[in-house]
Amino acid sequence: MSNAETLSVVGKPRTRVDGADKVIGRTQFADDIILPRMLHCKLFRSHVPHAHIKSIDVSEAERHPGVKLILTGKDFSNEYGILPVSQDEQPLCKDKVRFVGDPVAAVIARDEFAAEEALARIEVEYEPIDTIADPIDGLNNPAARLHDYSEEGNIHKRLSYEFGDVEESLANSDHVFEDIFFFEGNTHLPMEQHAAVGLLEADGRITLWSSTQCPHYVQRAIAKALDVPASQIRVIASPNGGGFGGKSDPFNHEIVVVKAAMMLGRPVKICLNREEVFYCHRGRHPVLMKFRTGVNNDGALTGMHLQTVLDGGAYGSYGVASAFYTAVLQPVTYHLPRYAFDACRVFTNKPPCGPKRGHGTVQPRFGQEVQLDKIAEKLKIDPAALRLNIVEKPNALTANYLKIGSIGLAECIRKVTGRSGWKNKYGNLPEGKGIGIACSSYLTGAGNSIYWNAMPHSGVQLKLDRSGKVTVFCGATEIGQGSDDMLVVIIAEVLGIDPLAIRCVTGDTDLTPVDLGSYSSRVTLMMGNAAIQAAERARELIAPAVAKKFDAEVGSIAFANGQVFNVSNPGQSLSFQKAVVCAEEMHGTLGTTGSYRPPDPPGKYKGGGVGPSPAYSYTAAVIEVEVDGSTGWLTVPKVYIAHDLGRAMNPVLARGQVEGSVYMGLGEALMEESAFRRLPARLSNALVHREPSMLEYKSPTSHDMPEVITDFIECPDSNGPFGAKEAGQGPLLPIMPAVANAVYDAVGVRIDEVPITAEKILRALEDKAKGKPGRVGPTSFPAIEWPEPFRVPPPWEGGDGDAINKPQRKRAAKMHEMDQFRKVVSS
Amino acid sequence: MNGVTALKPVEQKNAHLSCKVNGEPAQVSVMPCKTLLEMLREDLQLTGTKHGCELGECGVCAVLIDGLPALSCLSLALDAEGRAIDTIEGLAEDAELHPLQSAFADLGGAQCGYCTPAILLTSKALLDKQPNPTREQIREALSGNLCRCTGYQQIFEAVEEAILRISQAEKQAAAGTG
Repeated sequence: MSNAETLSVVGKPRTRVDGADKVIGRTQFADDIILPRMLHCKLFRSHVPHAHIKSIDVSEAERHPGVKLILTGKDFSNEYGILPVSQDEQPLCKDKVRFVGDPVAAVIARDEFAAEEALARIEVEYEPIDTIADPIDGLNNPAARLHDYSEEGNIHKRLSYEFGDVEESLANSDHVFEDIFFFEGNTHLPMEQHAAVGLLEADGRITLWSSTQCPHYVQRAIAKALDVPASQIRVIASPNGGGFGGKSDPFNHEIVVVKAAMMLGRPVKICLNREEVFYCHRGRHPVLMKFRTGVNNDGALTGMHLQTVLDGGAYGSYGVASAFYTAVLQPVTYHLPRYAFDACRVFTNKPPCGPKRGHGTVQPRFGQEVQLDKIAEKLKIDPAALRLNIVEKPNALTANYLKIGSIGLAECIRKVTGRSGWKNKYGNLPEGKGIGIACSSYLTGAGNSIYWNAMPHSGVQLKLDRSGKVTVFCGATEIGQGSDDMLVVIIAEVLGIDPLAIRCVTGDTDLTPVDLGSYSSRVTLMMGNAAIQAAERARELIAPAVAKKFDAEVGSIAFANGQVFNVSNPGQSLSFQKAVVCAEEMHGTLGTTGSYRPPDPPGKYKGGGVGPSPAYSYTAAVIEVEVDGSTGWLTVPKVYIAHDLGRAMNPVLARGQVEGSVYMGLGEALMEESAFRRLPARLSNALVHREPSMLEYKSPTSHDMPEVITDFIECPDSNGPFGAKEAGQGPLLPIMPAVANAVYDAVGVRIDEVPITAEKILRALEDKAKGKPGRVGPTSFPAIEWPEPFRVPPPWEGGDGDAINKPQRKRAAKMHEMDQFRKVVSS
Repeated sequence: MNGVTALKPVEQKNAHLSCKVNGEPAQVSVMPCKTLLEMLREDLQLTGTKHGCELGECGVCAVLIDGLPALSCLSLALDAEGRAIDTIEGLAEDAELHPLQSAFADLGGAQCGYCTPAILLTSKALLDKQPNPTREQIREALSGNLCRCTGYQQIFEAVEEAILRISQAEKQAAAGTG
């Protein structure tokens, strides 16, 4: 699109529009909302992992003088859930609990003290069911079934796809590498605990403030769960104190406070404590994966068969999409002539997993990048050179029909290897010091919304008036990533005005046009394109009015530096404010809209809707490590990262996104894990979260954070606003495998699972010293009965994007409920 | 559960305390079981002080008590009697941001902004004691403040930029008076 030289706001380092509010403590998070006569809500949560609810006795709790209301499952109409195919959540459990922390009752009281006292007076009688601790348990024990709608037993969903005859490719390859990896689950750990305030307005309508990334989806879920028309529900997304995917689902506590506010006619607030945030979870799925990859002697990949098993936790959440994401992006990074994958998500009695930064793609990226390291070693090719040779080509259509635009991955690899002195260091550092490389790609927004529709994914409205002030409205949600700033940058650039002349109103389902939410790295691209359209339409209103005044051609009217002028006669110039006055005189009240909908994906096969994106970002990272051979202790002194983000809209924020991703990736690589343990039999044998606290769930502090050298590779994509692609998720992906590969370079042991702890390194070193393979990682993959795959020939084998067979799939048991849901939402 | 039902609801009468909040005298009537965090947020509606765990694990609730950083979730409100409490709301001087604040806003030191008030106050306490800290001293001072957004690097740089801005302002002030 435009050249960087001609841009005046885009690409310039700026103080973000909401920066000042954040540093004076004025940003109003959901728990900062204090309303007159506000009541407080607390949830009674199950202390058993899997049981039928025999009875709930709230009579003692109701007698507490501070208690205003107690709700249980019977007070709610319908189940809900983020995906239409997994409508399996209840605001409060009616007849069954599925994990320690599943909410059974809600107390609404005059303050939190009274609510907590009342919680201790609630008695629930359970009839225990066998606990499913992990996917193997789930596969072996179908009778202890969490959900009746699952495909079979505790198998939530199985996927099977084949893009060309992979077995034939492997048989004809010089080498076939087979590796099994495990990626432990971990959680978002946003600093802000989820909070929500429900309010019944005087006219009977409902307002909910919530720390949500997706107010539009919350509005839909409330409509369904409470049988209230969506038009009566206003959801305002408060600025989030960090999200990372953990606030993308509609949550039971949001629905509960709305219901309570409706019944009591008073505002009702809930703020989860930290332990409860661990129960909300929706974090990284633990994934076991098996790669079979064919390679020729020159390092070219001939085909890959990837199998994944996801530990889904107790509910569906985004899980079906997560399962697809454990496979669909492999062909986007490196060219794969043939590809097949199988994925299986299993329900277990743990907090539900869902989307965390990098959603589902992080785990197989770890596996593939470590396997590439092993391939490079075997073929005696430098791992960076091997990758450079197999980078997918720009504008490619992959074997699984994902349309790629710009690819700056080769430049990223050259940048990080150059910066780090890779050639001299790799393989040459003294024992205990190592260096590793890994790459990745990521979506810039999901090509399809989570419920099928033909409407825009993002809408923007502009209001302009004679003061010269421009107000921009968009449903996008500020979660810290800088979406408000992106909106302002783009409008300011197109209208040629100062960002401070623009006020943005965002994340309010009453005031702002729908934007699907802050997830899948979609906001800058989708909202940005809608904003460009709205701003260009505003120019189309202003230009003729100014042209008329100057007696000039409309085409020669330009916008820059707060002025609207005639390019043929630069002496003719008006301030933007005066130009708006002319336009208001000509057209009356001024307003425009803009919309964005991603291009239709080329893959026509069933399931081809997960993976397409308007643009893909690319990243390469080189990481240096030091390993203490006597303790296994691992430190990371330096990270080099180069990220192809198309264009850095505001380099200050873009750098923050990249370095924040590196930070979070290091947490996952080195220490973070959502681990569970069983209580002793005398204490119920329940499966409990090992560490539902910030003290025990280790995350990197300022002491742990290494120096990060960040480079942007700006490889603009024609689908991105000013060429921009995402920056907030992709840079996380190469971190874990680069650390693993660096550990191998340092001490010659393979840690084929995440996190890479000192204990595992030491175990591998000890094994190696005894002459065993110096490796820690999974050794077997469960036998799963996979369904007949959808067979879709790749584009270069005559495929048209559709499957050539028609595998039979079970119809989801809850289809009738989806139909009901559509009726509620469209009414 | 477990016989807790026999307990009677806790009846509490408010206590009265005098302290200084952001340089101004404050008289507060507060439930004696409340923490300083709860008093600030709920009784004084100074919601700029945040909470991330209420167990002393995350550092998000830090305020200054007599100029030193302290976790307000672990301090009882009544212990503030006679003390000077500084919160984020008092850091800016009238309409002008403190150099730490402007540097954090300009250099990406605040992303979601949730841990920011506590990090700013902790940084201020550091600079009050040690006007020219090294990067290592900044790391050490902020090691009790978790941030999940930034990766800390832009925070360190913002503190270092604030040090420059403070010294420049001091030089200008000295030149102006000299």
